[in-house]
Amino acid sequence: MADPIGIEIRNLYKIFGPTPAAYVDAVRAGMTKAELQANHGHVLGLRDINISITPGSIQVIMGLSGSGKSTLIRHINRLIDPTTGEIEIEGRNVVDMSQDELREFRRHKTAMVFQKFALLPHRTVLDNAAYGLEVQGIPEAERYRTAMRWIERVGLKGFEKNYPSQLSGGMQQRVGLARALANDAPILLMDEAYSALDPLIRYDMQTVLLDLQQEVRKTIVFITHDLDEALRIGDRIALLRDGLVIQQGSAQDIVLRPADDYVANFVQHVDRGKVLKVSSIMSPAQEGTGDAPRIDANASLAEALRQMAEARVQTLLVTAGDGRDVGTIQFDNAINAYAGGTKPAA
Amino acid sequence: MTWSTSFPQLDDSYLRDLKKVIDEAFRNFTRSYGDMIEGFFSPLQTLLIWSERLLTGTPWPIILLVVAGLAWGASRSWRIVVGSILTLVLIGLFGMWEDTMKTVSMVLAATVLSIIIGLPLGIFMARSDRFRAVLNPVLDVMQTMPSFVYLIPVVMLLGIGKVPGLIAVVIYALPPMIRLTNLGIRQVDPEVLEAADAFGSSAWQKLVKAELPLALPTIMAGINQTIMMALAMVVIASMIGVQGLGQPVLRAINNQYFTLGVFNGFAIVGIAILFDRISQAWGKRLQKHREASHG
Repeated sequence: MADPIGIEIRNLYKIFGPTPAAYVDAVRAGMTKAELQANHGHVLGLRDINISITPGSIQVIMGLSGSGKSTLIRHINRLIDPTTGEIEIEGRNVVDMSQDELREFRRHKTAMVFQKFALLPHRTVLDNAAYGLEVQGIPEAERYRTAMRWIERVGLKGFEKNYPSQLSGGMQQRVGLARALANDAPILLMDEAYSALDPLIRYDMQTVLLDLQQEVRKTIVFITHDLDEALRIGDRIALLRDGLVIQQGSAQDIVLRPADDYVANFVQHVDRGKVLKVSSIMSPAQEGTGDAPRIDANASLAEALRQMAEARVQTLLVTAGDGRDVGTIQFDNAINAYAGGTKPAA
Repeated sequence: MTWSTSFPQLDDSYLRDLKKVIDEAFRNFTRSYGDMIEGFFSPLQTLLIWSERLLTGTPWPIILLVVAGLAWGASRSWRIVVGSILTLVLIGLFGMWEDTMKTVSMVLAATVLSIIIGLPLGIFMARSDRFRAVLNPVLDVMQTMPSFVYLIPVVMLLGIGKVPGLIAVVIYALPPMIRLTNLGIRQVDPEVLEAADAFGSSAWQKLVKAELPLALPTIMAGINQTIMMALAMVVIASMIGVQGLGQPVLRAINNQYFTLGVFNGFAIVGIAILFDRISQAWGKRLQKHREASHG
């Protein structure tokens, strides 16, 4: 299996219209999306995007429709060409690749899962899952073996001879996932991959993805408009609005320290007890709490509150994975965070 | 008030001269290049002779078996198989077997030629809006120009016989093949094509693995239309020496043989229905798995 690789997106701009290059400087100088549209008939897709994606992490890009998130993910494998900017992967700028290089790059470095599945309806599940390998020119027996392994892994064993139209939406997206994974590319691009699925199935598929990630360690870029989904699976989250990144950070950062009212509005309905971790709310260790019950730093806030209630205490000792005490969590801080307050000054 | 009742036209002698000059020029062109053009089209002669020999030379029981096999393979429906055999048996009983085979061979050759020409043109038309803008009026002319009009230059160039007949039939039958190939490819779900791109398909891989298979039902409808139009053209083509069911019809018109006309007319209708049912059933079976795949 290939080592995970990172993605550096730098100063990326995308303007749609007949002469986009003519307006880059104006946009850089601060022309707004509305101005550009009204006065020059061009649409501002993305403005000065800078995202650094760590190898082997799940980067969520979240925004409402029209925020530019699907445009952004299509720049990573250059299904859309940027107006200006860089996308650096393994030291190479994707924007500068020739058509041949780009094709090789898409075959071996990236795989993509689509919102509406985009399966080939005239092919069986097996032939769909093997598509990427087929395009690479891998012999039939070998590509079927690989595809079959992933079909089993996503839980579709026994359906390999079926056609996509005979499967439910959730099962079709499993085929889409198997097709992407069979490629064994280090970068997995998921464009609203679960948005078309029912909530329960969506939750299920998130679990499938998180389990898989434990084992395959890919660099995953995941687009979604669903905040709960973003908070659940994202190691890091970038919030996009009108083509602009308005906040980047971990789920904890975004819930505890929203950058502006827009983000605050977004996160106010989140189940904070589940999303927030003890480690985000704890205070430094204090004297005289040595006998308090202990809780893992990665446990959820809700779990901490439950333990406090059970043990009838006001304080828990927080321990790291290696058993070391790293801090304490106080009942009033925990309740405050749960009710919507920000992180207390440490 | 004469100026308002008769349209002001170009001078008579001018028009006469104009027609004369064009006729003269075309005749000269024919004289000097006729042989070359005939040579260019001679492979068609080979194709036609081969396909006619295949159909008239094969014993009729084998033809019946092959048709039954094709009908079953395409439709998996006993009704269509029995209907096809019954049609051919009736045609044979009424003494039209030989002519029918000649017509079928002509239609097959015209269809094969139309596919060979029409498929790439249709694909190219789907790729380029500019090419479509140029080709569309040409196709309109091909479909609406009375066929007798383009029979004239074809006969002047190539004389009377099978090859000019085939060319006339193809001119008439080709447009639906091109148009429906174009339509079929343009209708392919752009998301599927995006997926093909995202996995690094080359242009050729995208065409043969995604576009053509997804456009196939529409392309099949084009082939079906082409066959039907080729059959309709067979009677007119008989005026320039194409043998088959058209010639008795032509004789019937000239001599007012009502029954002869009706028999041969129905034979044409019979094989038209046969071709149509078989190719449609096949097209439908191709579509079996193509219902919207979006859950």
